Amino acid sequence: MAELHKLTIAELSELMAAGKCTSVDIVTDVLASIDATEGKVGAYLTIDREGALAQAKASDEARAAGSTLPMLGVPIAIKDLLNVKGQPCTCSSKILEGYIAPYDATVISKLREAGAVLLGRVNMDEFAMGSSTENAALGQTSNPWNLEHVPGGSSGGSAACVAADEAIASLGSDTGGSIRQPAAFCGCVGVKPTYGRVSRYGLTAFASSLDQIGPITKTVKDSAILLEAICGLDKNDSSSIDAEVPAFGKNLSDDTSLAGMKLGLPKEYFVDGMDPDVEKAVRDAVEHCKSLGAEIVDVTLPNAKYAIAVYYIIATAEASANLARFDGIRYGMRLDGRDPAELYGKTRAAGFGPEVKRRIILGTYVLSSGYYDAYYKKAQKVRTLIRNDFTEAFKQCDAILAPVTPTPAYKRGEKADDPLKMYLDDILTTPVNLAGNCALSVPCGFSATGMPIGLQIIGDDFQEETILKVGHAYEQTTEWHTRKPEIV
Amino acid sequence: MKYEATIGLETHIMQKTNSKMFCSCKYEYGAAPNTHVCPTCLGYPGALPVMNEKAIELICKAGLLLGCEINPNSKWDRKNYFYPDMAKNYQITQADQPICLGGEVTVEVEGEVKTFTLERIHQEENAAKNTHAAGASLVDYNRAGTALMEIVSNPCMHSAADALAYMTAVKQIMRYGGISDCDQEKGQMRSDVNVSVRPVGQKELGSKVEIKNMNSFAFIQDAIEYEINRQISVLESGGTVDQETRGYNPDRGETFIQRTKEDAHDYRYFPEPDLMPVKVSAEQVEQWRSELPELPSQRRARYISDLELPEYDAGILTADKDVSDWFDEAMKYTKNAKAVSNFIMGEMMRLISEQDIEISESKVTPEKLAEIIALIDSKTISTSAGKQIFEMIFIDGGEPKKIIEEKGMAQVSDDSALEGWADEAIANNPKSVDEYKSGKLGAINFLMGQVMKASKGKANPGAVMQMLKSKLDG
Amino acid sequence: MSEVNQGMDVGYVAKLACIDLTDKEKELFQGQLDQVLHYVEQLNELDVADVEPTAHAIPVYNILRKDEVGMSLDHAAVMNNAPSSIDGQIRVPKIIDQ
Repeated sequence: MAELHKLTIAELSELMAAGKCTSVDIVTDVLASIDATEGKVGAYLTIDREGALAQAKASDEARAAGSTLPMLGVPIAIKDLLNVKGQPCTCSSKILEGYIAPYDATVISKLREAGAVLLGRVNMDEFAMGSSTENAALGQTSNPWNLEHVPGGSSGGSAACVAADEAIASLGSDTGGSIRQPAAFCGCVGVKPTYGRVSRYGLTAFASSLDQIGPITKTVKDSAILLEAICGLDKNDSSSIDAEVPAFGKNLSDDTSLAGMKLGLPKEYFVDGMDPDVEKAVRDAVEHCKSLGAEIVDVTLPNAKYAIAVYYIIATAEASANLARFDGIRYGMRLDGRDPAELYGKTRAAGFGPEVKRRIILGTYVLSSGYYDAYYKKAQKVRTLIRNDFTEAFKQCDAILAPVTPTPAYKRGEKADDPLKMYLDDILTTPVNLAGNCALSVPCGFSATGMPIGLQIIGDDFQEETILKVGHAYEQTTEWHTRKPEIV
Repeated sequence: MKYEATIGLETHIMQKTNSKMFCSCKYEYGAAPNTHVCPTCLGYPGALPVMNEKAIELICKAGLLLGCEINPNSKWDRKNYFYPDMAKNYQITQADQPICLGGEVTVEVEGEVKTFTLERIHQEENAAKNTHAAGASLVDYNRAGTALMEIVSNPCMHSAADALAYMTAVKQIMRYGGISDCDQEKGQMRSDVNVSVRPVGQKELGSKVEIKNMNSFAFIQDAIEYEINRQISVLESGGTVDQETRGYNPDRGETFIQRTKEDAHDYRYFPEPDLMPVKVSAEQVEQWRSELPELPSQRRARYISDLELPEYDAGILTADKDVSDWFDEAMKYTKNAKAVSNFIMGEMMRLISEQDIEISESKVTPEKLAEIIALIDSKTISTSAGKQIFEMIFIDGGEPKKIIEEKGMAQVSDDSALEGWADEAIANNPKSVDEYKSGKLGAINFLMGQVMKASKGKANPGAVMQMLKSKLDG
Repeated sequence: MSEVNQGMDVGYVAKLACIDLTDKEKELFQGQLDQVLHYVEQLNELDVADVEPTAHAIPVYNILRKDEVGMSLDHAAVMNNAPSSIDGQIRVPKIIDQ
């Protein structure tokens, strides 16, 4: 059976259930697809061919024995910052060379319980610090829609492998937009769940109070299925929240009417310097939602403009402590020294890339004696204002529509020398991480140069069902998601 | 000029929990290195901390025992510094919202009752253990992440004796409360000491010198005394004391500089995002309060007022919780508190120290001691026989009644047996008889001694005395 | 912030963060981070004196575990990850003093 790699979780599950294909067929086909395009895309850091085929075989046997697990036999790619027992977990950094994870992240355990096949580990910006996957020490990933363009980041590998049909779906992580932005850049669907929805246990931390793991998929329905598999209270993560997990997948109805639904449009999200193609695509998407019956209301998020300043203080401060453990003592790379201090200094100088060093230094500075109140504490207070804005906005609407990024994917190297310029691109995604609520990115058009554009659908705390419903209705009545890049 | 020293202590105490503070690894002293470790306590990528419920209960109970206020809202912070014993290169601790606030310890120092106040008690995690080998250091993470609380006193002590009394009391209370064994040799109780000196009458405190990480009370005393003298001589010679961190070298009996103020760490404290705040309700506090054990001072008062023991006895019995518990257990089987106290302070203390065992390991159980006392009180055996039986059981075990039977140690009170010995003593010692009759009543004691000797100690002394008197007076 | 931000001493901060920087890196980062710090000064526009700081977007309380001993890691796995070890312990350069 050909072209299995082009299908979705939902489609493949139906085929397997009907006995029309097996997981081994799918994995074999996906591996062939990887062989065909990976040389151009460069999404993967490691591909576990034997392991994936063995898992596929086991899942076919389980199905034969009556198993109907939701993700049974579906091959998934994993962002390289998730710990999988017995595998390396480099976070695209040299400093974790040689580290073998001795445990499974909770989402990995959940994927295994749901029957998924773990296909391999995909590239990212080092320690999730970046928006282009150019800050990757171990390989270069290209945007499947234009190989000279970046796939976005930090979950660039996760988005590129799905867009290139080198995986059926993948897991990414989103600290300031790292799922939504690459999903938008690569024409995929991505979900940043509500903080606390998905356990962070086993996710190598960038900024603990912002990080969330989420799906990157070909359709909204697949995101719903994958999200459902990884959600839920985890006693190993103190920030995990005991909220009911709806049957996201099953609950998505084929009814594409948005009648009775109020969708907010924040004027602040159409920022200066926004690419006109992006603005047009998003405004068209808003009109489309209106045509599906939604009422469009103006909302305001006046403090969203401070999100970048707040984000780059809080995220780097937390990161400066989270990355202190990479010291060459217990695992990973070590450059020896006469005393521990010399060992640390040399190891961390050689092990971290420039962006990671830059952020650690910024984070260390904002926490240092005499500066804490002026930077960190102030940022935490403005964070409160940003969260309050969303609370107010959701009194007037069920979900918010917005662009994901000010521009489509750009050429590799275009912004690499200007960190601040790169940071400013996160303006539309970081507010949600700071506020803690959920958001989804769904394809809503293409630029004149043929690069995908994403529509961001933002929901209130734990309102993933609402944003999935809006996204699904939009997607089912548009054709953007059906387009494939030429290399496929 | 006269000088006054001011001393404050930061005492780290390892709580008695089964598992570590933020992970479920076992805490076990002396285990093979790096066998009780997991991703969390090794600071592996992606691992997260989760609070140990028991540790929170224990620190709050410690706080209640020391008169602290339990903070209804406390939170966690990261204290950042690179050191090989700190797996994450930050320590999870409590900076601005500790779980216990205030508190005090009342002690007697050289006959004077003093109250030393506390600033706070906060929860943190322990560091790993470093050992030093040739040309390298080795790290064992078994201790990393174990529950460690820090009791911070105010700078309210003024001598090494004050500090010793304070630490002794804290240790005793922690042991009584089941909070910690405070075994200093196992590193379960360590203190940092802050010492400053100022001319008497000066308002502001002198520059503070911190002496880090000491476990022996004797060394702490020596270090304080050395440091006070050092600082005074610096001041007297016209110098200034620098604010710095020093270590104590017990071999030389000296403190030495470790870190100057300029090298002080910048710990970059910030709220720990991986842990959620702790809220303690008033109901929870009352529940814990109701579960608190009796404190040594309360026990002492009870022994004196309810059991009518002398203050001296009450002090000795309550100095060690195990001894005091043993005493209380024995009191379940007898009403003769003084006899139990005498046996514990005499035979028991001597024998456990000779054999170097704990009172809990004694073959004389509280119930057996009560039985021995009952046999003495009923005059079945003499007090000296009772002591012999105690020692026999302590060494070889056995039942008091059986031993008395086997060894023929029962007291003889029977008149017919006593009469023979009494008559013999009177007949053989006419001189003493004459003396008694001429009014030297003390002479009867010699005769009594003769009877006891003849009976091999088994004669009931009271009965013998009565018989001798009736024969001589009659 | 402007009152405290007299520019970051990148060399000093890098030392706190235990990262040896080359002079070239120091110079590069100095310029880039000064720009970022200048950018974040916009937060001074806001009066946040009466605003509570947010440490956790969605706070929960008293997330506790029972004091029960669970599984520890396989000792060999721990040693295999360590770049240098002796006799079951992790070897580091000699620690002189804190």
